Amino acid sequence: MQKKDTSRRYFLLNGLLAGAGLAAGCSGKTAFTPDRAEEAVPSGEKVKLLSIDGEVIEVDKAFLKPVPDIPYPFSNREERVGIQGKKFVMVIDLSRCKNLKKCQSACNHMHHLHPGQNWLKIYAMQDAEHTAPYWQPATCMHCDEPPCVKVCPVDATFKRQDGIVLIDSDRCVGCRFCMAACPYSTRVFNWEEPALTEEVASREYSCETSVPQKKGTVGKCDFCPDMVRKGELPHCVTACPNGVFFFGDMNEDVVTNGAETFRFSDLIRDKAGYRLMEDLGTKPSVYYLPPVNRNFKFEEGLKTEEPKPTYKTVDRGNSEYLRCKKNHPRPFAEKIW
Amino acid sequence: MIWTGILILFCLIGLFAYYRQLRYGLVVTHMGDYASWGIYISNFVFFVAISLVGSLVTAIFRLGNIHWSTPLTRIAEIIAVSAILFASFIIVVDMGRPERLVNLFIYGRIQSPIMWDVIVISTYLVISLLLLYLPLLPDLKILNDQKEKGRGWWSRIYVLFGGFWKSNARQERINQKAVLILSILIIPVAFCIHTVTSWLFATTYRPGWDSTNFGAYFVSGAFLVGAGAVVIAMYVFRKVYHLERYITETHFDKMGKVLVLLALIYLYFNVNEYLVPAFKMKKTEEVHLVTLFAGDFAPMFWFSLLAGLIIPAVIMLFKQGRKPLPMFILGIMVVVGAWFKRYLIVTPTLLHPFLPMEDSPERFKHYFPSWEEWAIAIGSLAGVLLIITFFVRIFPIIPIQETIAEQDATPEK
Repeated sequence: MQKKDTSRRYFLLNGLLAGAGLAAGCSGKTAFTPDRAEEAVPSGEKVKLLSIDGEVIEVDKAFLKPVPDIPYPFSNREERVGIQGKKFVMVIDLSRCKNLKKCQSACNHMHHLHPGQNWLKIYAMQDAEHTAPYWQPATCMHCDEPPCVKVCPVDATFKRQDGIVLIDSDRCVGCRFCMAACPYSTRVFNWEEPALTEEVASREYSCETSVPQKKGTVGKCDFCPDMVRKGELPHCVTACPNGVFFFGDMNEDVVTNGAETFRFSDLIRDKAGYRLMEDLGTKPSVYYLPPVNRNFKFEEGLKTEEPKPTYKTVDRGNSEYLRCKKNHPRPFAEKIW
Repeated sequence: MIWTGILILFCLIGLFAYYRQLRYGLVVTHMGDYASWGIYISNFVFFVAISLVGSLVTAIFRLGNIHWSTPLTRIAEIIAVSAILFASFIIVVDMGRPERLVNLFIYGRIQSPIMWDVIVISTYLVISLLLLYLPLLPDLKILNDQKEKGRGWWSRIYVLFGGFWKSNARQERINQKAVLILSILIIPVAFCIHTVTSWLFATTYRPGWDSTNFGAYFVSGAFLVGAGAVVIAMYVFRKVYHLERYITETHFDKMGKVLVLLALIYLYFNVNEYLVPAFKMKKTEEVHLVTLFAGDFAPMFWFSLLAGLIIPAVIMLFKQGRKPLPMFILGIMVVVGAWFKRYLIVTPTLLHPFLPMEDSPERFKHYFPSWEEWAIAIGSLAGVLLIITFFVRIFPIIPIQETIAEQDATPEK
């Protein structure tokens, strides 16, 4: 009787620790391995834990054990298919961005990117001499007609059913054709061994976590499918204090920045959303809301930017961005559609 | 000997640079996330271009019933083989993960232009090797027959490669037929290798690459640089091996005329490539074209166009310009100009992306090759020359059998 009880508890505990992994059923170490359960002697001290079903359960302390690295619970095959029934989409509201770069630092931190590498870039844009400048954060566009996927010779970068374009760093041969093919300059290359802590470097690689990055392979924004699997938002979305980024599912027709939730089609219709370089036919999954009725002036973004020696903060109205236009070889891109 | 020593030295330096690259990663190059391809790729394009001449001299001239070029066929073919061999090496050097080369065969996807390139380049290499080898068989027999006259242990190589060749009627018939079939086959394959290479660029959206002109532009440029390389080789072999009887002034004269024709064709495609977009000056093209015409890349651009194309073509219009020595110098100008031209095709475009170059390390905004890249590029050029050098030392560079047959057929000589 006692023994049966133990194994039941053990099952619960492992179920907790391995989390969703077991539900998806792919882990190599199963919860039913009996050896350790027999070793542990109940101490009588109980701990309350919350199960994945939201149930509060009580477990003997003796059965708690640290799990060093739960292997990412999805197989490469599942990662290549994607999350069923979803079509992920992002909306970036340019009227709210003031170049705080919190999105970028969160993304860099959570993906353990090599110093200097950015998957998410914030551009100072000005379409023509007399048009208004604005800040444009740019993630991977997760195109529905991805030029990068077309040119990859080994299927290392692929398009999933849920719309996400991912890279399999275990397969990438490092030819960098995808970088040449991407018109959004979204891809970065690991020119050297990425600077990682030992713990991160020893993690098991997964295309959905994109961690750890590998020398000689290409990396880019992955729309954080590992967060989405957990029912959470991508890191850039949660990190932005101004609610610039909205993430959601086109099939459900809903996007959210965590604080506000909109019907995707309403938002795009009411605010005249658009996509970048529509004429190229890449069909991005990232939509932009135009920088009208802005929450911040463009110049405020210049102040929050890391101090660059070439910028002189002279208060002469609009002259500031013209100044940095002069100092940069080509600081402001031309909108090309 | 000094020549071979220098070449081997350059190859070793290149190998050492590659060892450093394997150890530390592509960070030893000066490529960056914008200029993500550099001189490795331009060198690759250059080698593929030069190798096209094999098909021109061996196949197109042969099928066109042009006989004066017979003594030049082997020169052209060995240039083709060694260049295409190093083109494939250099593309592996450019890979971030060369040890995963096998993935191309395990996971290869046919929709990628890289796979097309792998297929056509390996096909071209095989056909070129055969076109080098098959006409060599009768010559090996001749060399074998006189091995008593003492060319030492080379004769073992001749026996190894051509011991089975009896020069009987049946063998000769098969051989001639095979060469004829290969001569026809190699023409579409040759057009493919360079057209597909141009598509590595033209299948992207970038200004300067997004061009429907690219295939023809590349192929015509390739014939020009290949012919230039043949002229250089002709001059050197003629001097070193005293082949004045076989590589005559007439050959230089005729190659000069061929070069003028090829230069004019290439010029025509250059006009299409640059002046048509320049007429419209679309914004993205404008940034690119202005840096070529008047910006950072202008000196190189005008050098490659003037010194590598227009000036040689003009000089070769005159009979005096088609003498051996001026032809040799012009040949060098064409080849050097062509090398820089390939650099200009690859690099400036990558430094003109659609979105601004921001939020990236400062060093990514410019590109100038590192010493490792130069060492590997020069090492690969030395490797090509080394293969040619060894080949010439071992095998006759003038096709003996064919040239004899040719001279018998044209009694005026």
